Amino acid sequence: MKSTMQKIYFLWLRQIKKYFRSRSRIIGSLGQPLLFLLALGYGFGSVFAQAGQGNYLNFLAPGVIGMSIIFTAIFSGMEVIWDRQFGFLKETLVAPMPRFHIMIGRTLGGATVATMQGVIVMLLSLAFGFHPLNWWLVLPAVGVMFLVALLFTSLGTMVASLLDDMQGFQLIMNFLVMPLFFLSGALFPLQGLPALLAILARIDPLSYGIDALRVLLINAGHYGLGTDLAVLSAVTLAFVWLGAVFFRRLQV
Amino acid sequence: MKTMIEVKNLVKRFGDITAVDGVSFKVGGGEIFAFLGPNGAGKSTTIKMLTTLLSPTRGSVTLDGVDPVRDPERARRSFGIVFQDPSLDDDLTAWENMQLHGVLYDVPAAERNRRGQELLWFVDLWERRDDLVKRFSGGMKRRLEIARGLLHHPKIIFLDEPTLGLDPQTRNRMWEYLRELNRKEGTTLFFTTHYMEEAERIAQRIAVIDHGKIIALGSAAQLKRQTKTASLEDAFLSLTGHSIREESADPALDAMRAMRRRGFGH
Repeated sequence: MKSTMQKIYFLWLRQIKKYFRSRSRIIGSLGQPLLFLLALGYGFGSVFAQAGQGNYLNFLAPGVIGMSIIFTAIFSGMEVIWDRQFGFLKETLVAPMPRFHIMIGRTLGGATVATMQGVIVMLLSLAFGFHPLNWWLVLPAVGVMFLVALLFTSLGTMVASLLDDMQGFQLIMNFLVMPLFFLSGALFPLQGLPALLAILARIDPLSYGIDALRVLLINAGHYGLGTDLAVLSAVTLAFVWLGAVFFRRLQV
Repeated sequence: MKTMIEVKNLVKRFGDITAVDGVSFKVGGGEIFAFLGPNGAGKSTTIKMLTTLLSPTRGSVTLDGVDPVRDPERARRSFGIVFQDPSLDDDLTAWENMQLHGVLYDVPAAERNRRGQELLWFVDLWERRDDLVKRFSGGMKRRLEIARGLLHHPKIIFLDEPTLGLDPQTRNRMWEYLRELNRKEGTTLFFTTHYMEEAERIAQRIAVIDHGKIIALGSAAQLKRQTKTASLEDAFLSLTGHSIREESADPALDAMRAMRRRGFGH
C-alpha cells in the first residue's frame, strides 16, 4: 500500500516538475485566455449590460478559467503520445505495478497542472476587473476546477491511447477540444438558447463545470450546483475508468 | 537447473508479415543466453513479447513459471530490461530518472541512493547527475540508460542490443558488472546482439535467429562444429547467408513500420 502510494506520488511529481520547468509553456498558454478576457470581456461588455445581463467580464471569467483548464488537461493527458515517441512510456509499462496505477499517477499529475493553470487565469482575471462574490467560495471553486481537470485529463489519456503519433492533433483540436469549449456556455448564457444549441450544451460535460464555477464565483448558475456536481462526478468517474481501460490495452 | 524462461512456438504477425515465426527455446536459471541475428530478424519483437509489451499472436511464454500474457503484473516482478531505443525522460535530471526507476521497481530508499550513486560513478555521470537529460549527448544518454537498468536486481535481466552505441570502456564495465551479478545473485541474462564476438565471449548458449526463426542453438563451440567453421562469424554467415540486411532495406520491417504509422498492426 505504502509503495503503491509512493509510486503514484512519484509519477504525479514528475508531471509537476515538468510543468514548472517549462516556463515558456506556462506563459504561452496564458496568451489565449488573456486575449479572450481583453477582446471579448471588454468588447462585449456594453452590449451585455444593455441587454440587462450585468457585468460580462464577471460572467466570462469562469468560462475562460474553464477554457484554460480543458486545454491544459486534454493536452496533459495526450502527453502519453510524447512519452511513447520518446520512449519513456515503455519504462513505466514494464514496471512491476498495475497499469491502472500508472494511469492514475499520470492523470492526477496532469489534472493538478491544469488546475494550477486555472488558478493562474483566475488571478489574472482579477486584474481585468473580475471579482468573486464571496472569497470563501473560491476554495470550493478550485475543487470544481480539479474535478473538471481530472475529467478532461482522462479524456486526453483515452484519446492518446488510440493515436499513434501527433498527426491526429489537428483533428482532436478541431473536432473535440474546440466544440467542447465553444458549446459549453463559456462565452454565452445558457438561458433561452435555440433548442439544438441547448441540447448540445447539455451533452457537453464542460457546461456543468463552468456552470458550477459561476454558481460559486458569481452566484449565477443555470443547471444548479447539485446537478452540476452530480454530472461532473459521474462523468469523471466514467472517464477515469475508460481512460484506464484504454491505457491498459496499450502496446508499444 | 531450473527453467527460468520457456518459450514454445511463439508467433507474432503484423498483418501479413510474420516477424516471429514459431520460436521455441528454454533458458535455465543463472544462465547467460544470447539471441544473435541480423537486423530485422525478430529479436526485439521476441523480447517485447517476453516482457509484456506485445501480446503474441500464438504460442506460449513462461517467465519463472508465470505466463506474462495471463498475469503480466506478476511476470513484471521477475525481470528488468534495458531497451534498445531510448526510454529516458529528457525533462528530468539523471538522478531523478534513477530515483523514479528505483521507486517504480520497488528498490528500498537506502539501496536506491547507494546503488544509484555507485552506478552513476560507474558510467561516469555522477558529476552530471543534476543536469537535465536533454542536455546529454547520445553516448551519455545510453550510459545512463544502462545504469538505470541495473538499479534493481531482478531474477532475469533482458538486454536488447545493450552495447549498441556504447564506447568500449563502458561496454567492458557493463559486462563485468553483469557477470558479477550473474555470479553473485544467480541472475539470468538474456541479451540480443549482432556482434558475434560479444555473443561468443559472454553467452553460455547462443540462439541464431533469422527471418523470425531460430536456425541454430548451442554454445559457440557447438555452432562452429555444426557448421564446420573456424570462427563464430563464419558459422553465422554460413547459417544466415551473405546478403546484407540493412534495417531500412528490410521489406518486412518497413511494411511493419508503415502499418504502425497508419495506426494498425498492434
